[in-house]
Amino acid sequence: MTLVRRVMVVLLLALAPSIMAPVVHAQAPAEQQGEFVPAESLPQRERMPAAPLLISAYAFVLLALFAYVVSLSRRIGAVNADLSRLESEIKRGNRA
Amino acid sequence: MPKWFNPAAVVCSLMFAASPFFIATSPDEKDLGMVFKIFYYHMPSAWMFLLSAIVCGVASLRFLFSGDPRRDRTAVSAAELTVLFGVITLVTGPLWARRSWGTWWIWDARITASLVGWMIAWSYLIVRKYGGPGSDKLAAGLAIFGMANVPFIYISVNFWRTIHPATTVVPKLPVDMSWRLWWCVAMFTLLYVLLLKLRVHLEQQRSRVDALYLAVEG
Repeated sequence: MTLVRRVMVVLLLALAPSIMAPVVHAQAPAEQQGEFVPAESLPQRERMPAAPLLISAYAFVLLALFAYVVSLSRRIGAVNADLSRLESEIKRGNRA
Repeated sequence: MPKWFNPAAVVCSLMFAASPFFIATSPDEKDLGMVFKIFYYHMPSAWMFLLSAIVCGVASLRFLFSGDPRRDRTAVSAAELTVLFGVITLVTGPLWARRSWGTWWIWDARITASLVGWMIAWSYLIVRKYGGPGSDKLAAGLAIFGMANVPFIYISVNFWRTIHPATTVVPKLPVDMSWRLWWCVAMFTLLYVLLLKLRVHLEQQRSRVDALYLAVEG
């Protein structure tokens, strides 16, 4: 192994922990919460980033429920229409 | 539809209309901040997801043993609601996690088991739609697996290492947060009962249509 390669290997080994440290730190799992505690006050900068996520979550819930109710009422409407059509066909058949 | 349906629907609508005001005035959480407020819809929808999987499983068991088509109608209706409340849970959860954990998703036991439970409910509906004759019994077997998954989803956070909040967060909630949560739980439970009733009604009407088709053709 040439001297340059040796120096590079030593440098790499020496620097590896400092390069990997932020990655390892970022991957460290957060602590599991055992209870929720109300905050007295939060700085404004803490509040703003959460707002789009909060609004998206509530908008999604309401839209999903609304879409389901609309789909259900349309399906019930279609089945009821089929039912009345068939009942009238049967009545006509009985008369004839 | 039963007499109680319309008054209950009005009460449920009023509860939904009032809930944003209660949630907006709720205190923020010390560590999670404002995004904690997703909890007020996330947790009740997760409970309805689990309740629906249980209703589907119990109705399927009763259908398998008795062959009663009413149980089958309840099971198929509950499976559809499991998918609905499951998707709400699985979308609102990551929106909360993004802010509080710094990631959209983690493959911890609860979230993975919830995804599996949701996919079981989907597979139930797919089997019912495309499975042909006998698919009702095959789907009932799937629903029993879906129900067996529910206790695992609930207790998993207490047994496996995870950053998902433990089940102790609900009993330990302070009063000004807990009454808002129970309001939302009551609201979602009422909504669930109403939607289940409507969905079962649809299945009843469909079976009437099938009987009439047979009568017309016969």
